Amino acid sequence: MTELTQATISDEIAQRHADYEARVAAGAQRLHAPFLDFDPYRSSVLRHPTKNPKLVDPETIELESPAFGHRDVADVESDLTAQHSGEPLGERMVVTGRVLDGEGRPVRHQLVELWQANASGRYVHQRDQHPAPLDPNFTGAGRCITDGDGVYRFTTIKPGAYPWKNHVNAWRPAHIHFSLFGNAFTQRLVTQMYFPGDPLFPLDPIYQSIPDRAARDRLVAAYDHDLSIPEWSLGYRWDIVLTGSRSTWFEPEGSEA
Amino acid sequence: MSVALPTPGQTVGPFFRYGVEFDAWNELAPPGRAGAIRVHGVVRDGAGTPVPDALLEIWQADAAGAIPAESGSFHRDGSTFTGWGRTHTTDAGEYEFFTLEPAAPFIAVAVFARGLMDVLHTRLYLPGATDAFLESLTPAERTTLVAERTADGLRLDITLQGDGETVFLAYR
Repeated sequence: MTELTQATISDEIAQRHADYEARVAAGAQRLHAPFLDFDPYRSSVLRHPTKNPKLVDPETIELESPAFGHRDVADVESDLTAQHSGEPLGERMVVTGRVLDGEGRPVRHQLVELWQANASGRYVHQRDQHPAPLDPNFTGAGRCITDGDGVYRFTTIKPGAYPWKNHVNAWRPAHIHFSLFGNAFTQRLVTQMYFPGDPLFPLDPIYQSIPDRAARDRLVAAYDHDLSIPEWSLGYRWDIVLTGSRSTWFEPEGSEA
Repeated sequence: MSVALPTPGQTVGPFFRYGVEFDAWNELAPPGRAGAIRVHGVVRDGAGTPVPDALLEIWQADAAGAIPAESGSFHRDGSTFTGWGRTHTTDAGEYEFFTLEPAAPFIAVAVFARGLMDVLHTRLYLPGATDAFLESLTPAERTTLVAERTADGLRLDITLQGDGETVFLAYR
């Protein structure tokens, strides 16, 4: 069996991106979402729908979001460095930003959840077999509720890059998983935040599943020196926009049976 | 008109459980409570293989048809109905929720999984319920959204791809 190399994966990514740019050049709208059907990420092959989703007007329950509040989340849950008796290893940082809807309105008093690997690139999850050390002082999960301006804020450490088995020598860029609720359930979003300038970006089939460069860039936090705290932590800013927009290309109106 | 461009989704990955689990996460109503039903099924991929690492959420009206506005899902008190829950699939691809049957045609369902790049929205319709959207589908499509009544509740399988592929939604 031939080994699946990074060169093969990178060629596949380049081909899909070239196809996308050609379609855009021919008049197709730009996409703000990942391709669901993206073979370079091998686990997607049998897990993407093959039919167009059905366009539907959201109704009743779909137009609202579940309610979360301080009954659900304690303030301390936003500090991932304070969940154990000692300080975790790694680069301490603040990650903050605003959650907005597509009209630019703040998503107020809503839940933000995150989870991540530790500074060595190891997840607490029992099935993570990466032989990097666990950190007894870091679990890597946190929650907060946005304030009246839609602002969330976490204190954590910078996660390490993480090896996975998609192909030989596959490494995920450092990332933090985020889960968000908007002003309607249609805006539900799970995504990943990345760090500026990561050399693994071009190699990663998950990040590159988003064919549009500008859309990919929107997953990268900005280093913000004004958020850095002297003698304590670095700071990153990342705003999140929840629109619930369609996640795939549709064939032009009228072409469907 | 949209003034802000959307943040793209990314896969939930394989290691979400410790980040998103909470006590009684799938018990919108405690099992055994009067009126509590079990909503369950199997998630399968395009080869018909159960998906052991999917994350599912349901969001629904209450037994009187009202949309819940109460917080407290993360610390369920056994009586407040928040209308929202989540769970993961087992190694056999099975999911189950305990909830109240809504006085509404459907329960909203969100599906996430390793290998699935973005959220998939769908609906679980109660047997016998209908609406204009359901009427607009072919019988085969409708079958993928309408739950079957079982001795203890409702059953609906979710098929990500291929034969019997679940109808997923894109909201206007």
